[in-house]
Amino acid sequence: MLEEMKPLFCELYGNPSSMHTFGGQIGRKIRKARQQVAELLGCDPSEIIFTSCGTESDNAAIRGTLAAQPDRRKIITTRVEHPAVLAVCRELENHGYSVVEMAVDKQGRLDLAELEEQIDDETALVTIMYANNETGVVFPIEKIARMVAEKGALFHTDAVQTVGKIALDLSKSRIDLLSLSGHKLHAPKGVGVLYVRKGTRLSPFMLGGHQEAGRRAGTENVPGIVALGKACELAAKNLEEENNKVRYLRDKLENAILESCPGAMLNGDKENRLPNTTNISFEYIEGEAILLMLDKFGVCASSGSACTSGSLEPSHVLRAMGIPFTAAHGSIRFSLSRYNTEEEVDYTIEKMPQIVNKLRELSPFITK
Amino acid sequence: MWEYTDKVKDHFFNPRNVGEIENADGIGEVGSLACGDALKLTFKLDENGKIADAKFKTFGCASAIATSSVLTEMIKGMTIDQAAKVTNKDIADYLGGLPEQKMHCSVMGREALEAAIENYRTGGRKKHELEGKVVCTCFGVTENEIERVIRDNDLTTVEDVTNYCKAGGGCGGCKGEIEKIIERLQGDKVKAIAPAVPRKAGKLTNIRKIQLVQQTINEQIRPALRADGGDIELIDVEGNKVIVAFRGMCAQCKMAEFTMRDVVEAKLREFVADDLFVEEDKESAAQPHNHRK
Repeated sequence: MLEEMKPLFCELYGNPSSMHTFGGQIGRKIRKARQQVAELLGCDPSEIIFTSCGTESDNAAIRGTLAAQPDRRKIITTRVEHPAVLAVCRELENHGYSVVEMAVDKQGRLDLAELEEQIDDETALVTIMYANNETGVVFPIEKIARMVAEKGALFHTDAVQTVGKIALDLSKSRIDLLSLSGHKLHAPKGVGVLYVRKGTRLSPFMLGGHQEAGRRAGTENVPGIVALGKACELAAKNLEEENNKVRYLRDKLENAILESCPGAMLNGDKENRLPNTTNISFEYIEGEAILLMLDKFGVCASSGSACTSGSLEPSHVLRAMGIPFTAAHGSIRFSLSRYNTEEEVDYTIEKMPQIVNKLRELSPFITK
Repeated sequence: MWEYTDKVKDHFFNPRNVGEIENADGIGEVGSLACGDALKLTFKLDENGKIADAKFKTFGCASAIATSSVLTEMIKGMTIDQAAKVTNKDIADYLGGLPEQKMHCSVMGREALEAAIENYRTGGRKKHELEGKVVCTCFGVTENEIERVIRDNDLTTVEDVTNYCKAGGGCGGCKGEIEKIIERLQGDKVKAIAPAVPRKAGKLTNIRKIQLVQQTINEQIRPALRADGGDIELIDVEGNKVIVAFRGMCAQCKMAEFTMRDVVEAKLREFVADDLFVEEDKESAAQPHNHRK
C-alpha cells in the first residue's frame, strides 16, 4: 500500500482536476482505485464517492437524502448507532424532523416487526449500521434493506465495521447508501467512501468544484484514495483468512478470558457477530483501570466505560442493551485483525486474569 | 488516553494500604456502582488520637484508585481535626494534579474522609447520609456538595462543577439550577468573565428599531433557517408588531409556527426589545412575487 502511495507524495503531486498530462495521470490512478473499491463492494465504479472519512460519509448520506426529499420528515435509526449517525439525527430533530430510535434487546438485536411498523409514507430514510462498532453484533441488513425498499423509503447503512470482514455484493442488494472508512481496512486515516446506488437522489453535502461528478466537491486526498483502492483489493483477497484465522484467534481469546477471569461476561449476540470483535464485561471493576494495566503490558484495547471517554455515563450501546451498571462500567473491547498473532493472543490470555484479580482485590463490592 | 502524572500512575499501579481495617474507629463509604466509582475508607486511631492506620477499597478508574491510595498516606499521623481540614484540592495537589475531568475523584476522596470522620464522631452510629436538597438526580449530588466544590475550588462554570462532582453530567436537566448556585456564590466573578451581554437598547426610535430588527434577522435568524433550506423576509414593523414572511422550505414547513415563536420572536426580544411580537404575513407568502404591498 505504501509503495502505491509513495510516488504520489514525491513525483506525482499533480492535481487530478488539472488539464495537463501531469495531473491527468493522477486521474487514472483515482479511476483505478474507484474500480478496486467497486469490485470489493460488488457495485459499479460510478456509484462510489470518495470522502474524507466514515463520519463524512454518514453526514452526507443522511443530510443529502433528506434534502432531496423535502416532503418527507421522518428518519428511523437505532439507539446503538455510531455518533456519526446518532448525533446527526438528533440534530435534525431540532430542525423539525421526527426521529425514531429503535431499541435493541439484551443481545443487541432489533425487532424487525416493530421496525416494519415504523416505516410509513412520511419516512424519508432508514439508517441502520451493518455491524456495531462496540459489540460487533451484525444486523440482518439485507433483509432490512428489502423491507425498507418495499415500503418506498431510502436505506442507508454505516458499514464502517463490516467492509472487508463480511462479503458484500451490492449489485444484488437493496441497500441505497453505504458508508465505509479507510482505516478500518488498514488504509491510512483520512479517506472514506459513500456508495450511492444509481438513481438515488442525493443533494451534495460539500459544494464547490466538480470533483466526484459534482456529488462531493473538494480536492481529492489522492494518496489516501489510492491506498484505499489497494486496501480494498487486499481485503477481497484476505476475506476468507479474516473469517477463519481471525475468528479462531478471537474465539480463543474470548473463551479463555470468560473461563479464567471471575465475573466476566460476554456482551452481544454470539451467533451474529463480526469475526474480529469481542466485548466482555467484568463485574465490579472499572474499564479504564483494566485498559491502563493492559497498556502497561503493551496490549491495546478499548472500553465502553465512562472514565475513558471523559463523559460520566458508560457506553450508550451497552446501556441500550440493558447491561447492568455493575458490568457496563467494566466493559472491554478487543478488536483483532489478520496482523495479530497467536502469541499475542496467548500473552493477553495470560495477563488478563492477573489484572482482573488485582482490581477485584481493590474493589469494595467484592467480599471474600 | 489521559495524561496522568507519574505520581498518579505510581499509586495506581502500586496502590498503598489496600484493604479494610477490622474494628475500625471510622468507616466512610461513598459512591456507587451506578455512578462508576465508589470508595470505602477505614481508619484507626492511636492512643494520642492520631490516625495510626488507614486503608481503602475502591471501584473506579486509575485516578480514583490513585486518589484513594494517596489519601490513606496523607492522613496517617493526622489528628481528626487536621484530617477534617483536608480538601479535595489538597489531595489533587499531592498527586501533582489531575486531569480536569477527573477532579471528581479527588472530591470522592474528601467525601469518604468526611464520612469516616462523621462516623467516628458519632461513635460509629451514624452512616454517611446526603445532606440538603438533591440537585442532580442522575448522580445523587446535593446542593451542599455543589456549594462545597464551588467554594473549595473557586469554580465559575457548570462544566467545572460537573468535572468536580459529576452534577449535571447525566441527563443535564439540573444545569440551570447549578448555574444559579454558581451565580449566588460567585456572583461577581461570574459577571466579570461572562460572555458578551446581548445588545439591547433602551428607548428606541422607530427607525432605530427597524434597523435593529433587520440586523437581528440577518445575523441571528436567517443563517439558522437557511441551514434548513428556508428563509425569512421582513415585511413591516407596526409599533411593536413585526411582520415577516417565510420563504423556501420554511413556507411549507409544519414547524413554521414553532419557529416563529421560539426562534424569530425569541431572538428579536433578546436582541431588540422585550415587548416585540411577531406575525406572519400569510398573504405575501402565498404570492412570492408580489410581497411588497
